[in-house]
Amino acid sequence: MSVSTVPEPKPTSPSITPMLEMKGITKRFPGVIANDRVDLSVRPGTVHTLLGENGAGKSTLMKILYGLYQPDEGEIFFEGKRIEIMSPADAINHGIGMIHQHFMLVPTLTVAENVALGLHPALSRADMGPVRRRLTEVSDQYGLKLDPDAYIWQLAVGERQRAEILKALYRDAQLLVLDEPTAVLTPPEVDDLFATLRQLTADGRGLIFISHKLHEVMELADEVTVLRDGEVSGHTTPAESSREHLAELMVGRSVSLTRDVGVSEVGPAKLQVDNLYVRGDRGTDAVKGLSLEVRAGEVVGIAGVSGNGQRELAEAIFGLRPVVSGSIAINGEEVVDHTPKSVRTNGLAYIPEERMKDGAIGDFTVAENLMLVGYKEPPFARRGFLNLEKIKERCTDLVHRYAVKTPTVETPTRNLSGGNIQKVVIAREFSSEAEAMVVAQPTRGVDIGAAEYIHEQLLRQRAAGAAILLISEDLDEIMQLSDRIIVLLEGEAMGEVMRGDATVGEIGLLMSGVR
Amino acid sequence: MGDFFTVSALVVTFASGIRLATPFLLASLGETLGQRSGVLNLGVEGVMLLGAFGAYYTVLKAGSQPLALLVAIAIGIVMGLLYAVVTLVMQAEQGISGIGVFLFGLGFTDLAFQKWVGTPIPIARLEPWPIPGLSDIPVIGEVLFQHNPLVYGAFLLVPIMTYLISRTTFGLNVRAVGETPEAADTLGVSVNGTRLVTIIVANVLASLAGAVVALEVGNFQQNLTAGRGFIAIALVYFGAWRPFGAMVGSLLFGFVLALVNQWGALGIISGSASSLAAMAPAVLTIVVLVFISNRVGQPAALTRPFDRSN
Repeated sequence: MSVSTVPEPKPTSPSITPMLEMKGITKRFPGVIANDRVDLSVRPGTVHTLLGENGAGKSTLMKILYGLYQPDEGEIFFEGKRIEIMSPADAINHGIGMIHQHFMLVPTLTVAENVALGLHPALSRADMGPVRRRLTEVSDQYGLKLDPDAYIWQLAVGERQRAEILKALYRDAQLLVLDEPTAVLTPPEVDDLFATLRQLTADGRGLIFISHKLHEVMELADEVTVLRDGEVSGHTTPAESSREHLAELMVGRSVSLTRDVGVSEVGPAKLQVDNLYVRGDRGTDAVKGLSLEVRAGEVVGIAGVSGNGQRELAEAIFGLRPVVSGSIAINGEEVVDHTPKSVRTNGLAYIPEERMKDGAIGDFTVAENLMLVGYKEPPFARRGFLNLEKIKERCTDLVHRYAVKTPTVETPTRNLSGGNIQKVVIAREFSSEAEAMVVAQPTRGVDIGAAEYIHEQLLRQRAAGAAILLISEDLDEIMQLSDRIIVLLEGEAMGEVMRGDATVGEIGLLMSGVR
Repeated sequence: MGDFFTVSALVVTFASGIRLATPFLLASLGETLGQRSGVLNLGVEGVMLLGAFGAYYTVLKAGSQPLALLVAIAIGIVMGLLYAVVTLVMQAEQGISGIGVFLFGLGFTDLAFQKWVGTPIPIARLEPWPIPGLSDIPVIGEVLFQHNPLVYGAFLLVPIMTYLISRTTFGLNVRAVGETPEAADTLGVSVNGTRLVTIIVANVLASLAGAVVALEVGNFQQNLTAGRGFIAIALVYFGAWRPFGAMVGSLLFGFVLALVNQWGALGIISGSASSLAAMAPAVLTIVVLVFISNRVGQPAALTRPFDRSN
């Protein structure tokens, strides 16, 4: 049930007069217009969703609203009055609160201390007693249970988000901006969040909900504004629209939201992990006794909220992280404690989750990044000398085949968009003709169009007989592409399900520890 | 050896250890506060030298120790403002600009000394202020309560600084700004405003630490502080960014210096061996830093300039 279907108007029900109006907002950065005459209005007691690809201008618009940027043109009206928002402090004073995607919390302070920051005169006794009491009231009122004296670093991601929301509610924010709040949550946590959000709108608060997950938008929104390339490309309501229509407004062309996986022939096991133990950065076990097997022509998905051992698993398989005990075999060959180079020689390709840290070198050109793996092999190098002509030929071909949008192969890679950088990484790894692949978060931060293309390439590899271990936080992606799904929780397999045997809800429960 | 383990010799060693710890303590308390807000100042040594010369020259010309301390405070404020402009406004690399401050302090004080003083002229040293009653207690009184006021002041600053950092709203801001400046900014806390205050306090304390050295020695020479400022920075790490930890480290170094002096004076170590013993603080610094390499408690935003548009 969505808020818009509540039948009779209550005193706090959606009213006609908007609480916030942003008119003709334009913001230019050197070489780019991030916002081009954008209008946005939010009525109290409603959820207004801001939809758009990465780089469409959503974040810029919200940073303007929160006083982090100043607009070059345009006006902001709040509760009927024209206001200037010069800093976050101004925004807070007007009753605007922001739930940042990357939580704005100080890990070494307690929840109460985080809430109290900036509230009191610059030099006075920091008395947490009253803060704690009021915080408990607010958290009881909205069902946001949280220990005020817990340190942020001790909290799970979902709890941190509650702390972030409490921070805004403690300041009695009337308009809340939520920047992709569901990105880090398990499905049950998303349900809890939505319940809280509905309670907030019932109180007459206005919400701006930023997302690119279309089903969430359809479920929660009263109104939708879609941004594309800095401009408003559409304004609609879920009732008058559909997921396909919204996707088209976002991308500017029609996009397929379903994947045709087809059948593929399953062959012998290519990647085997047996009773694997790996330590995390903090020295505790991050992967605990995990066993799995990926066969040729098969995609095995690892589902789970990030931080449950996925990164450590991928790094251990690829030889980037020492293994405590257990075995890893590629093509039947034991590769524990091998170097990444030797693991590659055994036939493994790797698409790391942090493409700009582990996948590509930003200052290198597209061609250099494409050649990072094969540069030593003839015909690209002979006796230590690079054959630049052959390299250019090969890279031009790859750029063309993998539809990388780049001016030239000599362009520095960091100048490309996230989706195109990922295509560079994928082109390099997929063209290495590896038989087994570890693919981590392949479409994180990538726009819908590029995601569609990357998924196609992944399925093409599967059809060609590659064994693919797909690690992703995006449950839709996992469910669409995987033949089998293993749910990882705190480094252990919570369960394994076959394609089509489980719903999102069931997998969501496994992700949060309910078997 | 026997000469050393008499009560009177031990009393002298401990008392002078506490006295020698004072400059370390003042400088490392200031640097602790600065680093908690995310600002590294490698120029402590330079500011100490400036404070030392300023205090020395004031006593030489005006004959007033209180005035000398005021001059040292003023020098600290000026150097603090300068460092704030360099690191907060111009956002220069802190590790590098601090070295600049050190070299400026070293060079400027030497030049000023050559130009305005020439040959070293002794000045009046700080007089002890025995605390009535307490100073008469045998042993303890002599060790703890027969010092000059700056020693008492420095040790009083330890609980004050602890309270400031952990129990006041300003301390909360400092901790937030040093850890996650973006979060502090989104709640309306002025990141650079907070850092400006901690930079000035840190520089004033460093300058006072230098003044203490000059007023205790009763003279000035090139590189008078002899690396104490750098050791003070190491003590911040040793103390895990806590005032009490900085005090423990300062006392450790004070006692080592006192022992080296004492043993030299008693002839327990002599000749070339005493030159070797003089290296003790340097060796100790290295040993300390090797053992304190885990950096638990290091502010996450240390040396990172804050820029809202990033």
